[in-house]
Amino acid sequence: MTARRIAVPVLAVIVFLALWELLVWANGWPTYKMAAPSDLGPAFAKYFDLFLIYGWQTLWRTVAGLALAVVFGVAVGMVMGFSRTMRDALYPLLVGFNAVPKATVVPIVALMFVGWHDFNTVLIAFMISFFPIAVSVSIGLSTLEPEYRDILRSLGASQSTIFWKIALPKTLPEFFGALKVAVTLAFIGTNLMEIVSPHGRGLGALFDSGKTNSDYPLMFAVLIALAVLGIVLYYMVVILEKTFAGWAERPAG
Amino acid sequence: MSAEALIEIRHVSHTFDTASGPLQVLNDLSLDVPEGGFVAVVGPSGCGKSTLTRLISGLMRPQFGEVLIAGERVKGPRSSVGMAFQNPVLLEWRSILKNVMLPLEIVRSGLSRKEQEERARFLLSLVGLEGFEDKRPSELSGGMRQRASLCRALVHKPDVLILDEPFGALDAFTREDLWQTMHKVKAEEPFTAVLITHDLRESIFLADRVVVLSGRPAHAQYVLDVPREGPRTLDNLYTPRAAEMLAILRHQIEIAQGRAPAEEASARPAPSPPAPAPGERATPETQA
Ligand SMILES: Nc1ncnc2c1ncn2[C@@H]1O[C@H](COP(=O)(O)OP(=O)(O)OP(=O)(O)O)[C@@H](O)[C@H]1O
Ligand SMILES: [Mg+2]
Repeated sequence: MTARRIAVPVLAVIVFLALWELLVWANGWPTYKMAAPSDLGPAFAKYFDLFLIYGWQTLWRTVAGLALAVVFGVAVGMVMGFSRTMRDALYPLLVGFNAVPKATVVPIVALMFVGWHDFNTVLIAFMISFFPIAVSVSIGLSTLEPEYRDILRSLGASQSTIFWKIALPKTLPEFFGALKVAVTLAFIGTNLMEIVSPHGRGLGALFDSGKTNSDYPLMFAVLIALAVLGIVLYYMVVILEKTFAGWAERPAG
Repeated sequence: MSAEALIEIRHVSHTFDTASGPLQVLNDLSLDVPEGGFVAVVGPSGCGKSTLTRLISGLMRPQFGEVLIAGERVKGPRSSVGMAFQNPVLLEWRSILKNVMLPLEIVRSGLSRKEQEERARFLLSLVGLEGFEDKRPSELSGGMRQRASLCRALVHKPDVLILDEPFGALDAFTREDLWQTMHKVKAEEPFTAVLITHDLRESIFLADRVVVLSGRPAHAQYVLDVPREGPRTLDNLYTPRAAEMLAILRHQIEIAQGRAPAEEASARPAPSPPAPAPGERATPETQA
């Protein structure tokens, strides 16, 4: 069973790479049009150290931005979930903020904090990813059936007891749903900033240097590395979800 | 009666502010529940029955009048109340045992951890949930969840048990099962109960007094005392005596609804004849 669960996706990746190789080979495309998987190996080998260092930078910045987004998003979500007035007040602001395409914010932040590579990257990752978290927490809290509150309130429990014992755990499935979206967004945010920021760091900067030096296999290798990192991040969230909100999963069939 | 009343509701009136203006829900409502008694409250949908339960449990305060428990004015929530609703509201991330023990995490019961668990296990076995302690709520049927919810309402030994249509969403047979469980629990536990229900048979089967509320704004329109030897077995629900009580209550409900009996008569089964055919089962009303 577990062997199958690993074998199937691995096989799918191999098939995908094979088809890709075939496509490039059949069309006789040069590397600047599209690099084949067989060109990537040398690119990885050549810049192996850089991949490790930059990959780590991208990873920790994304996680840091995401962690900020969780703290801030949960706080805002709580305020909006518990108070109608705050919900009415904050909702349009948040929606407006979220509607601004982040691609336009990235250069502004890059200029504002020029040279502060870690800071501006984490900031963008945070800005782009807190919205779904705030919304999911606020919806989870505000749609809590009143009977759940009443059960504890009728015993004289305080608001914070109700929050810790009922409201928070009940919101966890929605929270993790949002976190899965947020982790992908944060990752995109990190890379946008790394590419745009002059003399940046991280995989985004490696991609940019590939572009400047017309090292096309390197650019494609970065894309693959990003995909791998993205998968790692996503499944980290899935594992957290299984640990803390596994009860929400209905037994299959 | 008032001398031995545990719950006294004195001239209570309440008006909600709603988006479409003030809505008076209760109007000079008075009723007593004797200590150890079991009072059922029936009335038209939306007449204010749940509001009444919230006043007794202290979740809300009446605008006029007062609610007394054991002679003391109810000013806020008190831990000597247990509540169960139509929705069992069990916590999905806890086992059944841990769900039942939840109130003990809030109320100071003076019980050790082990005694708390014993208490919860005792109640679960009393309602027939022995062996389900470690299951998750999602693994239980609707009737079983309702039984667990009942245990949770009782675990901290409340003097007052408030049941707001707890059997309302169950099918007829499960419901009858739970009625019998309720009698069993009542024999073991010394609570005073207020049961809100839409099912008249349920009211005379479980309660020793049935209060019919008028339509909104509600007051106590009619009180029926069910004799001790009343229909305490399912068979007794089909005696002429029970049929008579049901007919009276049904008539009172029709008055409370203020509707012309001819109009909606088909929506409800006609009053049972005094001597029903053997094996006949009246369909219980299932109004949400
Ligand atoms: N907090 C509130 N604010 C405004 N209106 C309310 C509030 N609570 C209840 N109401 C209104 O008061 C009326 C009585 O409500 P309540 O829930 O007490 O009725 P009920 O008799 O329990 O109804 P049902 O039989 O459907 O359970 C309803 O019209 C309801 O909409
Ligand atoms: Mg109600």
